[in-house]
Amino acid sequence: MALLQIAEPGMAAKPHQRKLAVGIDLGTTNSLVAAVRSGVSEPLPDEQGDVILPSAVRYLENAIEVGMVAKQSAAEDPFNTILSVKRFMGRGLADIKQLGEQLPYRFADGESHMPFIETAQGLKSPVEVSADILRVLRTRAEKTLGGELVGAVITVPAYFDDAQRQATKDAARLAGLNVLRLLNEPTAAAVAYGLDRGAEGLIAIYDLGGGTFDISILRLSKGVFEVLATGGDSALGGDDFDHAIATWVIEQAGLSTNLAPSQQRQLLQLGCAAKEQLSTQASVTLNYGDWQGELTREHFEILVEPLIARSLKACRRAVRDSGCELDEVKAVVMVGGSTRVPQVRSAVAKLFGREPLTDIDPDKVVAIGAAIQADTLAGNRGGEELLLLDVIPLSLGLETMGGLMEKIIPRNTTIPVARAQDFTTYKDGQSAMMIHVLQGERELVKDARSLARFELRGIPPMVAGAAKIRVTFQVDADGLLSVSARELSSGVEASIQVKPSYGLTDGEIARMLQDSFQYAGDDMSARVLREHQVEARRLLEAVQAAVTEDGDRLLDAEEREVITAEIGKLKDLVDTSDASAIETQTKRLSHVTDAFAARRMDASIKAALAGRRLNEIEE
Amino acid sequence: MAISMTESAARHVQRSLEGRGKGEGIRLGVRTTGCSGLAYVLEFVDALAEEDQVFESYGVKVIIDPKSLVYLDGTELDFVKEGLNEGFKFNNPNVRGECGCGESFNV
Repeated sequence: MALLQIAEPGMAAKPHQRKLAVGIDLGTTNSLVAAVRSGVSEPLPDEQGDVILPSAVRYLENAIEVGMVAKQSAAEDPFNTILSVKRFMGRGLADIKQLGEQLPYRFADGESHMPFIETAQGLKSPVEVSADILRVLRTRAEKTLGGELVGAVITVPAYFDDAQRQATKDAARLAGLNVLRLLNEPTAAAVAYGLDRGAEGLIAIYDLGGGTFDISILRLSKGVFEVLATGGDSALGGDDFDHAIATWVIEQAGLSTNLAPSQQRQLLQLGCAAKEQLSTQASVTLNYGDWQGELTREHFEILVEPLIARSLKACRRAVRDSGCELDEVKAVVMVGGSTRVPQVRSAVAKLFGREPLTDIDPDKVVAIGAAIQADTLAGNRGGEELLLLDVIPLSLGLETMGGLMEKIIPRNTTIPVARAQDFTTYKDGQSAMMIHVLQGERELVKDARSLARFELRGIPPMVAGAAKIRVTFQVDADGLLSVSARELSSGVEASIQVKPSYGLTDGEIARMLQDSFQYAGDDMSARVLREHQVEARRLLEAVQAAVTEDGDRLLDAEEREVITAEIGKLKDLVDTSDASAIETQTKRLSHVTDAFAARRMDASIKAALAGRRLNEIEE
Repeated sequence: MAISMTESAARHVQRSLEGRGKGEGIRLGVRTTGCSGLAYVLEFVDALAEEDQVFESYGVKVIIDPKSLVYLDGTELDFVKEGLNEGFKFNNPNVRGECGCGESFNV
């Protein structure tokens, strides 16, 4: 018979209606799948009892290997063995080429902007490689839970942009997984500790993995986690600790620094083993060739101190970016295997003035939190559980005249969300409008990320400013965006599902947030300048057209000379960066043309009335 | 009339209760549904109902309502592993027929 799990009171499912849902931590180095069974969230092991699946895929001519087997063949079959594919998700080929010259893969350009990797099985996109990892986890989960999954919650870094989230979702779909929700990794870690049910306040997530360091500052209010700030160092991790020990051994043993790759690997393994032992022991004896030495925990701490200091610096910066103080942080969650090092824990405790949460295995905590969220979303929990909401990481908006970004949905808005704003035409008779969808915090289009462009055509001819075009931005529960534009009088409509153009580097994304704080002042003056320039150009165009049309008829020579002179002055100013001079001159031109404008108005009314009866006009 | 648990089932329930952080014990029950008439219910219990009967195995409370007890008398709850899958199994002497998947039964 089917095996049963214990349900929450009153929540026992009817036969064939049990809703199996899992949480998946799709990591750069390792991936895990977890599920809530009998009220406990835990990672699911494979046949060998291992819960961790190395994120490695090897393509053989007629087979695909995933996990440890693939990872171990990386050295012998580098072209066909893909490691750390997460770094390529949602990236363009150009970005990847920038990432690392030492990547062994053969990249090829695809039809879209996505890069493809040449393997023994032909071209593989990062989405397909990720799907192969997810497929293994899905199979494991279905075997373990004894049924088909209704869905999965998959975690992504908080700084992942739309392109990277969309790529992750595509990978899941390809693997036959229904994505219940994409969840930010720091949010998942906080959920694992039950912080979503705790007091409102600031939470710091310190995530020190093998090769990367991430710090996220979240605020919990009314059951919603907002990402206030993210930061980190994409080249700092536990591997650097191993390096520090290896370097120490090289010095102590008097080895030449010109070592063969195999020797280097041995030394790094030695360093890694020593690091792990020093988490529980006061000292460790190291052997390399004829050399033997003892490394004490005190000395190890001196070796890694500069590395930890770098992480703490990033923490302070992230807290500062969040606009809060260190002592406002109510809880600190440790994620990533490297947070087992006692020195890391004590340094973090000292910085935040409180003991970090370390009870849950830091390698598993993200998957555990994701599984809890999946269980809730699948409807297996009672009513007392709040549905956890997420927020959009970067503001969404569109381009307006003058290269400015108009924000429609500000960052940290809870999703799902829909917002609309009305826009109008800039020129008389304008029949089409380009909608350029942007993401970012800065004021100018050139500093924002371009997500998509589309055109609204068929706007009926009207004078500038008369058309009413309603643009609606809608973000679904996974943070994916659709934009529609509708001209209200005629009903013409156009819309787009944002399949973003792939192409931002990690550094750029992290920088976008930081820049928005740093350049806040510059951005504001840039916006003011652009606005005055747009207004000046609009006026110039209108006045010039009017002078051409009615100048001979309605202006005497002197008036015309004055207006032409003022036009000339404004033309000279409009491309400068002196916002206040442009504004003053725009007002002046407007002022000297007031009388002319009034005369034109009278003339056009007279023309309209000439030869008509009173009763015709009244109608 | 009695309901019992194997030691491995009791251990697993104990662990689940600790992981959950609250709960008096577990409820066994039946309800009418499924493709073959009756289905098992297995839930945590936070509050006992007046009519509930309580049995104890290896220090863990098994709670059951009198209506369900009629169908489950003599049942032993076991915890088993079948390949990667693991979970609870009802060894119910009253069962005469099961549906193919074993999720529902009749007496």
